[in-house]
This record gives sequence, structure tokens and C-alpha cells, in this order.
Amino acid sequence: MWWKIVLFVVMSWVIIAAFVYPAPQQGIGEASRIFYFHVPQAWVAVLAFVVSMIASVRYLRKGDLLDDDRARVAAELGFLFCLLATVTGAFFAKVTWNSFWNWDPRETSIFVLLLIYGAYFALRSAIDGAEKRARLASVYAIFAFITMPFLVFVVPRVLPSLHPSDSVVDSSGKITMSSTTALVFFPSLAAFTILFIWVYWLGLKISVGQRRAAEEAVR
Amino acid sequence: MASPKSSYGLAAKSLAVLRKDILSEYRTRYAINAILLFGVTTLTVVSFAVGQIGLPADVYAALFWIIIFFSAMSGLAQVFVKEEESKTAIILKLTADPTPVYWGKLIFNFLLLTLLEVIITPLYFVMTDVVLHNAALFFTVLILGSIGLAGATTLIAAIISRASIKGALFAVLSFPILLPLLIGAIGGTKKALGPVEAPFAAASSELQLLVSYAVVMITASVLLFEFVWEE
Repeated sequence: MWWKIVLFVVMSWVIIAAFVYPAPQQGIGEASRIFYFHVPQAWVAVLAFVVSMIASVRYLRKGDLLDDDRARVAAELGFLFCLLATVTGAFFAKVTWNSFWNWDPRETSIFVLLLIYGAYFALRSAIDGAEKRARLASVYAIFAFITMPFLVFVVPRVLPSLHPSDSVVDSSGKITMSSTTALVFFPSLAAFTILFIWVYWLGLKISVGQRRAAEEAVR
Repeated sequence: MASPKSSYGLAAKSLAVLRKDILSEYRTRYAINAILLFGVTTLTVVSFAVGQIGLPADVYAALFWIIIFFSAMSGLAQVFVKEEESKTAIILKLTADPTPVYWGKLIFNFLLLTLLEVIITPLYFVMTDVVLHNAALFFTVLILGSIGLAGATTLIAAIISRASIKGALFAVLSFPILLPLLIGAIGGTKKALGPVEAPFAAASSELQLLVSYAVVMITASVLLFEFVWEE
């Protein structure tokens, strides 16, 4: 219970401070405040994909359907946060680069993540039988995860980028963020992560309950 | 993994699966017809629409890979779908280990793709007025791209052959996974079509991308195939 109160306090702080504090990047102006929400959303979208992949690996090793529920719930949340990150990113792109979409490498990779989530759900809905669905969906989640390093590390070398790459750390790994920005950004990152864990846990409880109810009905 | 009871090696078993697939394809010609006719149709549409306009090399490189991608999507799933539809998958599961089945199907898909390219590539240069400046780089990118394309889609084909809506799912599941490959292949082809100094050096990052993609995806497929194939 206590951590829900902590989450409430931190989230309130983030929402207020994000609008009251000076904008993080003076050159871009007021619009750069979206950074406080956009980056944590993208982070959660990727985190959820990692959770989903780990649960998929566990399912293939142990064959426990609970791990399949973990993978699915994480993917559902990841899809939601991925959508939010894509939309906020598109608005920010419109303000700074004057177009909603221009196939910058990070736009490409977040869009591919969105497509992977979509394909994952399409695959799940097309297979009958819980065990078979869990196994094939796990294989696809792992297979798709393996392509991410190419999109994150290799494609930016082939395509030119517009993304601000030095807003958190510069190329030598030094933190370039100002201390006031960090005071909002890191709590925001933590708040979004806790929010993800909380909703993930609720979703898992619902799906476990649903499966148990279905088993009762069969009996 | 070779089972201890059998005296044949992995290569011999894979070639046996490949031989069986080529034989059954020779009798029905289903996948060849689908992939070649789709390829020629798409090529005709592209040529009819933009062939004589004289667009920059970038656009021709992208169009070429769009033709290859969609033709591949129309035929490469057949290698597993036909096993499920004709109910022969169970017999294949009983008589062969998963890994040789994967290798046999992968080589079959690669050969199918090569056949498509052998027919599409000359026609493409005839029907659009694009000039090939560097043939060696072009064919290197084409072969590496085909290995990666076949390598990534063969596992997807095995997955969708077990699902209820097969045709539409294949392209949906394959596209996000193939995107890094397509970016590298289109970039490399672009450099082969345009007048570029020292083209292999200029396209080195694309070539590295294509080689590492093919190696990683085929390795992952070999490891994961067992889970898709076994009941």
C-alpha cells in the first residue's frame, strides 16, 4: 500500500514540475517539456518488451502457462506505452522538425516495435489451444527481440538521425543533463516504471483469475 | 542435432529433406507458380507506372526490393503450409529430426528465391531504363539479402503454418523482422546502381549489416525451430 502513496506523490511532483520548472532544452523552447513524459514512455515500452521476452524464454524452458500470461500482459502494456511514445514523439517532431513523421532511426525503431506488438497479438488471436498459442507466441517474441539490436545500434549508422542524441548522455558517456532537469526526469522515469509494474501486476492477477474461472467452468 | 540411432550426418539428412521438397514442388509447381507470377505481375505494374520516367537510383533500388519482398511473401510460406494442408507434417515429424527439416526447408526457400531473382533481375533492367554501375556489388547484396530473407522467413513460415489465417499473417509477422534487412539491402543496392567511387568500401556498413543479420537470424531459427515443430 505504501508504495502506491509514494507513486502518487512522485507522479504529482513530476506532472507539476514538468510544467513549472524551466524547459529542459532552451534552444527548442517550451515544447521540450514533453521530454519528461516521452522518454519514460519509450523506456517503459522497451522494458515491457524485455519482460515479455524473458517470460517467453521461461515459458519455453518450463512450460508453465503463468509465464505465457506474464508475456502477454507485458506485451499489452508495452503496446499501450509504445503507442503513447509514438504519438508524443510525433507531436514533438511536428514542433521541432516541422513534420509529424520523417523516418529518423528512432522513429523507425519505435514504429517497428509497434508493428511487432501488433503482429504478436495477431498471431495470438489466430491460434487455437492455449499450449500451442503460448509456444508459438513465445518463439515469435524471442525471434522479434533478436532483431532489436540491429534497429537500435546498426540502422542509425546507415540512416541519418535528427534525434537529440546528447540530451541525457553525450557520446563520451558523460551526463549532460542540467541538475534541475534531472530532478524531474529521473523521478518521472521511476514513476512510469512503478506504474508499469503496478498495472502489470493487476493484469496478471486478472488473467490468472480468468483462467482459473475457465477451469472451474470446465469441471 | 543428429540423433544417435541414425548413421547419416546432418548434411545428408538436410539434403534428403531438400530433395523431397524439390521433388514434390516439381510435381505440383504450386510455390514456383505463385512466386514467379506474383513477381512478374508486380514488376509489370512498377514498370508500367514508373519505368520510362527516369527516376533517381534510390527509387529504383527501393522498388526492386519491394518486388522481391512481396513476391517472397506470396510463396515462401508454402514450404510449411503445404505440409500442414496435405497432413504430411506428422509423418515428417516422425521420420526426421527438427534441425535437418529446418535446414532442408531453408535451402529450398533460398533456391526458390534465387530462381525468382534469376528471372526478375534481367527483366527489371530491361523494363526500367536503370543503369547497373557496379554488377559485383549488386549481386553480392542480392545474394546476402536473399540468404537473410530466406533465413528469417523460414521460421515465420513454420509458425504461421500452425495458425488459422495463414496468408495474411505471413507478411504481417515477417515485415517488422525483415525491416533491418530491407534497409541494408536497399542501401546497398542504391550504391550499386549509382555511380559511386569504390562501391564496396562505400557500402561496407550495409554489407556488414546483411552478413550479421543472416548469421544471427539463421542461428536463432535453428535454436527456436524445435519448439515450433514439435507437438
